[in-house]
Amino acid sequence: MKKSTFGPWLAMILGAAYFLIPLIGTLEFSMRMKRGEYSFEAYKVVLGDPRFQESFSYSVVLALVTIAIGVLLVVPTAYWVQLRLPKLRPVVEFVTLLPLVIPAIVIVFGYLRMYNSQSWLPLTDSRRGTDLLLAFGYVTLALPYMYRSVDTGLRAIDVRTLTEAAESLGAGWATILFKVIFPNIRSAILSGAFLTFAIVIGEFTFAALLDRPAFGPYLQLVGANRAYEPAALAIIAFVVTWACMGLIQVFGAARGTGSKS
Amino acid sequence: MSFIDIHGLKKSFGPVTVVHDFHLAVERGEFVSFLGPSGCGKTTILRMIAGFETATAGSIAIDGKQVAHLPPAKRDVGMVFQAYALFPNMTVAQNIAFGLRVAKKSAAEIRTRVGEMLDLIKLPDLGDRYPYQLSGGQQQRVALARAIAVKPQVLLLDEPLSALDAKIRVSLREEIRALQKDLGITTIFVTHDQEEALSMSDRIVVLNEGRAEQVGSPFEVYNFPRTRFVASFVGTLNLMTAVVVDAAAGRLTLDGRDVATAKPIVGRRAGDTVTVALRPEAVNLGDGTARSDTLPGVVEDVAFLGAVVRIRVRLDAQTVTLDTFNQPSVALPKQGEAVKLTFAREDLLVLDGDA
Amino acid sequence: MSEPSTATAHRPGGSGLPWAWFGVAPFFLFAVLFLILPTAFLIVGAFQTADGEFTLANIRDLTHPSIVAAYRISIEISAASAIGGAIVGALLAYAAVGGGLPSWIRPTLMTFSGVASNFAGVPLAFAFLATLGRTGLVTWALSNWLGFNLYATGFNLLSFLGLTLTYLYFQIPLMVLILTPALDGLKKEWREASQILGASTFQYWRWIGLPVLWPSLLGATLLLFANAFGAVATAYALTGSSLNIVTILLYAQIRGDVLHNQNLGYALALGMILITGVSNVAYIWLRGRAERWSR
Ligand SMILES: Nc1ncnc2c1ncn2[C@@H]1O[C@H](COP(=O)(O)OP(=O)(O)OP(=O)(O)O)[C@@H](O)[C@H]1O
Ligand SMILES: [Mg+2]
Repeated sequence: MKKSTFGPWLAMILGAAYFLIPLIGTLEFSMRMKRGEYSFEAYKVVLGDPRFQESFSYSVVLALVTIAIGVLLVVPTAYWVQLRLPKLRPVVEFVTLLPLVIPAIVIVFGYLRMYNSQSWLPLTDSRRGTDLLLAFGYVTLALPYMYRSVDTGLRAIDVRTLTEAAESLGAGWATILFKVIFPNIRSAILSGAFLTFAIVIGEFTFAALLDRPAFGPYLQLVGANRAYEPAALAIIAFVVTWACMGLIQVFGAARGTGSKS
Repeated sequence: MSFIDIHGLKKSFGPVTVVHDFHLAVERGEFVSFLGPSGCGKTTILRMIAGFETATAGSIAIDGKQVAHLPPAKRDVGMVFQAYALFPNMTVAQNIAFGLRVAKKSAAEIRTRVGEMLDLIKLPDLGDRYPYQLSGGQQQRVALARAIAVKPQVLLLDEPLSALDAKIRVSLREEIRALQKDLGITTIFVTHDQEEALSMSDRIVVLNEGRAEQVGSPFEVYNFPRTRFVASFVGTLNLMTAVVVDAAAGRLTLDGRDVATAKPIVGRRAGDTVTVALRPEAVNLGDGTARSDTLPGVVEDVAFLGAVVRIRVRLDAQTVTLDTFNQPSVALPKQGEAVKLTFAREDLLVLDGDA
Repeated sequence: MSEPSTATAHRPGGSGLPWAWFGVAPFFLFAVLFLILPTAFLIVGAFQTADGEFTLANIRDLTHPSIVAAYRISIEISAASAIGGAIVGALLAYAAVGGGLPSWIRPTLMTFSGVASNFAGVPLAFAFLATLGRTGLVTWALSNWLGFNLYATGFNLLSFLGLTLTYLYFQIPLMVLILTPALDGLKKEWREASQILGASTFQYWRWIGLPVLWPSLLGATLLLFANAFGAVATAYALTGSSLNIVTILLYAQIRGDVLHNQNLGYALALGMILITGVSNVAYIWLRGRAERWSR
C-alpha cells in the first residue's frame, strides 16, 4: 500500500526551483546598484521617481474604475441570467470567454479604428475619453475572471429563494440587488476585484497603444533605459500581485467556511 | 476452519485507533452484515479485507490463506462501492467486461459472460448505455455485475443501497440476496440501516466505535440484544434501570415494583443497578397472568402509526412505550388515564454493561 | 420594476420575455460595443482597400515570407510553451493532489500558482533578464562555480528557447490552476475498482484516468496556447522588436504602420483571430467526441 513519494517530492522541488530562482535572481540583481555591496538603492531611486508615483497612482485609479464598472456590469447580468434567463447562460458564458480567445492587441487595435477622431464616437479625441476607453478595455480583459467568480458565488447561494423572500417583503429590484444579493456574494466579488486589480496594475498593451501614462508602459520605458531599477520594479510588481492573491485567499477562505454549513 | 478468518484485527490512523481487536469467522456462502452507526469503522474493516488498507495488527485469512501481503487483485474478492464508482467513460457492457479484459480473456468469452451478467441483473438491453444514462438503481446493479463477472470468492458491499431511494432499496436488497444465494458467494455487506441488515443477513455483526458489540443471527440480535448499544441501535426498545433483588431467581425492582426475568441474572449481585430492555410489541395493556408482571402507570400520549398504535405510559420515574394493533373494535385508552402494563417474563432482558 | 413584470416574470420562459431581456441589455450592449464590433471592424477592414473597396489583396499579402515567418514563430513558441506548460503543470498538479505529500503542499502550490500565473508581462521579462540574461544570477553562477558559459552554447534569452522558457513561468501555474479541479474529479473509487479487478496503474491511466481527463487536458492546453499567442508585453520587454513574432509585428504596425498598409494590419489581426478561433473550434469538436459518455 505504501506508495513512494519520491517522484512527487522531486516534481515539487524542481517546480519550486524553477519558480523561486528567477525571483531570487531578480532580488539579488535589484540590490547590486551600489558597487561592491548590497543595498536598496535601486528601490530608493524607483520609489523616489515622480513618474513612478504618477503612473502607479494612475493605474491604481484606473483599476478601481475598472472594478466598479465590471462589478456593476457583471453582477446584475449574472444574477438575472441565473434567476430569469437560464436559457441564455451558454450565450453569456460564451461572450465572457471571448477575451481569452481574441488577443488583447486585436481588441485594442479595433478600438483605435472604431473610436478614432473620425468615427461616430470619437472617444480617443480627449484624454478623459481615452481613459474611459482604457477602463472599458480592462473590463473586457477582466470579464472572464470576474464573471466566473461572481457566477460561482451566486450558485453557492439560493438566488431564487432570497429574491422571492425579499419580494414578498415588498422590496424593489434595486433593494434586492444592493441590499440582498451584493452582501451575500461579497467575497466572490472581492475575489474577482483583486484578480482584476492584479491584471490591470501592470498591463502594457492596452495602455501603450492607447498612449496613456499607466504603470505598464512606465515599466517598459525604465526597462529599456536602466539597469538595476527594472529588477526592483519587478520585485515591487511581484509583491503587489502576491498581495492581491493573498487577499483573494483570505476572502475565499471566509467564503469557504461560510458556505460549508 | 472458516472461509474467512479475521483475528485480532486492529487499525490506527496515527494516534487514533478506529478498529479494536476485531474477530470474525465467516463460513463459505454465508451472508454477513456489518451494522453500526456512521464512523464506527465498518468501511475500514471492509477495506482491510479488500486490501486497500493495511492492518495495524491482527490477521486476515481467506480460504485458509493469509492475505496480509497480497494486493487487492490477488485476494479474489469483488467489491461494490457506495457511490457505484462505474467508469464513466465506458458503456455498461465495457464496465462489466473490465475485469475480464484485464485478465486477457478472449473476446468471445467476454461477450458471453457480459451477456450472462446483463441477464442476471435484468438489464439485457442496456449494454450500450453509458452510466450517466442509467438510474441509480440500475447503476448499482451494473456495479454488482462488474464485481461478480470475474467470479470472485468473496463479495464485499459497502453501503451499496444508501444512495438510493426507499422503494428501490427494498427491491434491490431482495435481488441482491437472491443473487447471492444463487451464486453461493460469500458476502460481507456493510450498512447502517438495521432493517436492511435484519432482512438480508445470515448473521449480523453490530459494531460500535470500532468494536464488535454482538455477533449473531438477526433473530438473536433483535430479540436478545446483549448490550445497551445493540438494544438501542437495533429496533426501538424501552430501556429502563432496575435494581437487582435476587440474581439467582431473576428478581428485580423497577420503579419500586417487583418484576422478574425468566432466567437467572448472571454476573450481578443484589443491590446492583442494571439496564433492562423491553420491546414495545412485547408490552400489553391489562392484567397479567402467572408468568407475567404488571406495572401501573398513566397514559401520556397516544400516536397512530397506521396499522399500529404507539402508546407512551409513565410509570413512577420512567416511561414505557408499547405498540398495539389498531383494531377499531377495541377502545384505546385516553391521555391521562390510569392503565396497567403487562409483559411476559421472557421479554424482560437484562443487558450487559453498566446502567 | 413595475407590477405586471413581477407577475409575469415568475413564469419561466413565459410571455414576460421582453422585460426579462431588458435585464441583460447593458451587458450585451457593452459586449457589442467593446468586444464584438471592434473585432468585426478589423475583420471587415481586412477585406478592404484603403478606399473601402472590397479586395482579397490583404489576405494574399499575408503570405509574404516575413509575415509567414512571424506567424510560424508565434505558433511554435505558443505551442511549445503550451505543451511544455501542460505537461509540467499536469505533473505538478498530480503530485500535489494524488502524490501523498503533506497537506500543506497543495494550498501553497495553489496560492503560488495564482500569483505566478498573473506575474506576466513586463516585470516577468525583467525577472528573467536578471536571472538568465548575460549578467543574470544563474548565468553568473554557472560560469563562476561550474565554469560553464551559458552564452557560449548559443543560448540567448532573446530567442525561441529563451522566450519559451520565460512563458513557462506563467503557463505552468495556469495549467496547475485549471487542472487541479479536474484531477479532484477523478474518484478514488475508480482507481480502487480497477485495482481490485486486477488492473495495473498503467492500465488504470490508459483506460480510465486519461480518457476521463482528456477533455480538461485538451481545453487547458488550448487556453495556454491562446494565452501565449496573444502575449505582447513579455516578448516586447524582453526582446524589443528584435524577435519576429506576430504580436510584436502587429504592435509595431499599430504604432508606426511598418507594413505601409493599414489594411494589411487588419489582415494580420484577422489571421490571429482565425488561429485562436480555429483552435477553439477544433477543441470544441474534439471535446464533443471525447465526451460522448457524459452530458
Ligand atoms: N484515511 C483515514 N485517516 C484518518 N482517519 C480515518 C481514515 N479513514 C477513516 N478514518 C476514521 O476512521 C473512523 C471509521 O471510519 P469508517 O469509514 O470505517 O466508518 P464507517 O463505519 O464506514 O462510517 P460510515 O457509515 O459513515 O461510512 C472514522 O472516525 C474516520 O474518521
Ligand atoms: Mg463507510
